Amino acid sequence: MTTASASVSWRRYFWWNTDHKVIGVQYIVTSFLFFILGGALAMLVRSELATPATDLLDGSTFNQVMTNHGTLMIFLWILPVLAGFGNYLIPLMIGARDMAFPRLNALSYWIIPPAGLLMIASFFAGGAEAGWTAYVPLSIGGPPGQTLWALSVMLLGISGIFGAINFLTTVIMMRAPGLTFWRLPLFVWGMIATSLLILTATPVLTSGLIMVALDRVVGTHFFTVTSGGDPVLWQNLFWFYSHPAVYIMILPAMGIISEIFPVFARKPIFGYRMIAMSSMAIAVLGLTVWAHHMFTSGMDPRLRVPYMVSSMVIAVPTGIKIFSWLATIWYGKLRFTTSMLFALGFISMFLIGGLTGIFLAAIPVDLHVHDTYFVVAHLHFVLFGGSVSAVYAGLYYWFPKITGRMLDEKIGRTHFALNFIGTNLAYLPMFIAGLMGMPRRVAAYDPSFTSYNQWATLGALILAFSTMPFLYNTIVSWARGPKAAANPWQAQTLEWRTSSPPPLENFSEIPIVTGGPYDYGEPSAPAAEPAAAPAAG
Amino acid sequence: MSQHAMQHVEDFRAGHALGLDHRKLGMWMFIASEVMFFGGLIAAYLHYKYRLGFPEAAELNVVLVGINTMVLLTSSYTVVSALAAIRQGRQGRFIAWLLLTILLGVAFLGGQIYEFADLVRQGVTLTSGVFGSSFFTLTGFHGLHVAGGVLWAIVTLVRGLRGTLNAEHSMAVEIFGLYWHFVDIVWIVLFTQIYLIV
Repeated sequence: MTTASASVSWRRYFWWNTDHKVIGVQYIVTSFLFFILGGALAMLVRSELATPATDLLDGSTFNQVMTNHGTLMIFLWILPVLAGFGNYLIPLMIGARDMAFPRLNALSYWIIPPAGLLMIASFFAGGAEAGWTAYVPLSIGGPPGQTLWALSVMLLGISGIFGAINFLTTVIMMRAPGLTFWRLPLFVWGMIATSLLILTATPVLTSGLIMVALDRVVGTHFFTVTSGGDPVLWQNLFWFYSHPAVYIMILPAMGIISEIFPVFARKPIFGYRMIAMSSMAIAVLGLTVWAHHMFTSGMDPRLRVPYMVSSMVIAVPTGIKIFSWLATIWYGKLRFTTSMLFALGFISMFLIGGLTGIFLAAIPVDLHVHDTYFVVAHLHFVLFGGSVSAVYAGLYYWFPKITGRMLDEKIGRTHFALNFIGTNLAYLPMFIAGLMGMPRRVAAYDPSFTSYNQWATLGALILAFSTMPFLYNTIVSWARGPKAAANPWQAQTLEWRTSSPPPLENFSEIPIVTGGPYDYGEPSAPAAEPAAAPAAG
Repeated sequence: MSQHAMQHVEDFRAGHALGLDHRKLGMWMFIASEVMFFGGLIAAYLHYKYRLGFPEAAELNVVLVGINTMVLLTSSYTVVSALAAIRQGRQGRFIAWLLLTILLGVAFLGGQIYEFADLVRQGVTLTSGVFGSSFFTLTGFHGLHVAGGVLWAIVTLVRGLRGTLNAEHSMAVEIFGLYWHFVDIVWIVLFTQIYLIV
């Protein structure tokens, strides 16, 4: 197996490197930069929407900003940051020295910076302004930047497919002795489910993007209505990927949460197999629900009902997870670290996002609130309140392992408080505005919606501000925070059984696994750290 | 066994216990994603075929493409024979069968280019209408996959001539074969849906 040179210089993060830990950090840091950029675009959107009239951005610029905000946040922030966690953690968690295909892994990462630059460049070529959904014919007639946008999304999809092949092969082939599938950490189960979805759904989007790009560049007639082209075909191809994409963005996040609760509750996870299998159930069901985005697109009304039912059924495996997490912390010996706070915040906010998702799956409700701010509120509660909270929880949890330094907990709690208040303040009013009928993707709106929008803008300001303590904390702590022990949280999964940060090839000796990943206080538990606290409950 | 090879076996022990090779597993997953990619293009073609009827499809040269189909299917046989030869350590036969595979692949591409040129002369192009767009995109992407396969076969051939492939190291041939068969199977679907069921 090719692994990186033994050099531990910081320069290794800026070059081709096949060590999965270096690649993981490259993914996380790069995507965080895009997160900041996407956040800046969100601030432009919220600033414009602070008043009913268009005073800061004209309609076209507003559309460009909103389109790139959505695309950056999904394709260049949440998807790659979760792939970064997968890269860093999977080999460590399964007791392997690296990924199955280290060079392919490096390639998956190095596709991302040029694709991101292409996306940014599209702004200057007359930016994409058809929304992140790029509905035809809007995306066919728009400015040239739309072509670069399509190319960029295509490249990011290819990077994701390579990553998924690597994750699956690694987990199947490279588990340490004794590490059966039923002993895998739940984050690994989440990555298995996500990778299966990436593998099956992404190529369909690629095929659709090729048709859009050909229509734009060559002049083909896939979506030319006057020649018989059908815009609804694009919606089918797009949502066949982009609805599963929300599960691709939440399953690893749920995996992170499943790692954190047992550690900070000092209890075995409740319903291990049910949580693992619910991830797989969501992956399978997730491929059958895409047309619930198209209830108003003129589809056959008889087709709506099966899509409504399958969409609502997804609430069952999701509910299993939430109840299992609650049962895990129930009567636990809780430690309210920043990571745990973000995990608790995840449950509360994801629950709001998830429940409103059931509203939206119901045909009559959807016909009323389709393309209103209700949808915007729902998706941000799931992706920001859900996925981003989990990413922060994971960053606070694994930062000591990745850097060998501890983060400051006091600044961390401040970050959590600002983030939690900001998220709810920004997105809760959008539910009301949406129910009252405020359409999404508009730069100007009826003055009766002003107060909801001003609350949302205030929330967005707090969210933007909340990033500052986080950045300060990570930069200062990485440079001169207190040194982290190998297992500062007394956790049981394998990544904590090597030094912080782990050496090249991870383990001086490949561990032999004799028990489950969350056997707190059970007789079969492997002797972890001498300092391990006895489990309660 | 060298120390490197020892560590290699050790790293992938969980998969070996399941009887899997990591390169082969990775290839199967890549093929799965390719199935979905062609699935999208085929879905678009069929959607328009049943929506618009595609009267232009009557112009297609079924005889020429039928012969071309036989050429491609024969190449699946030659690639299997190449794999069997290298597994028996018969270098000469391996080179010959692989060379034949390359020739058949090139012949298929030649036939496709001839067919495309003929259609363009009749006024059916990428931009002539929905039929042209979906036909050329679908069969064109298949042709690109055949071309990629031919390049891959040439790389494998060079490795064979250099002597780095033998009875113990034949996985590279097997993995190329997986890809080549996949491209063939896609063509069976395309030939049936585009040329036979008009």
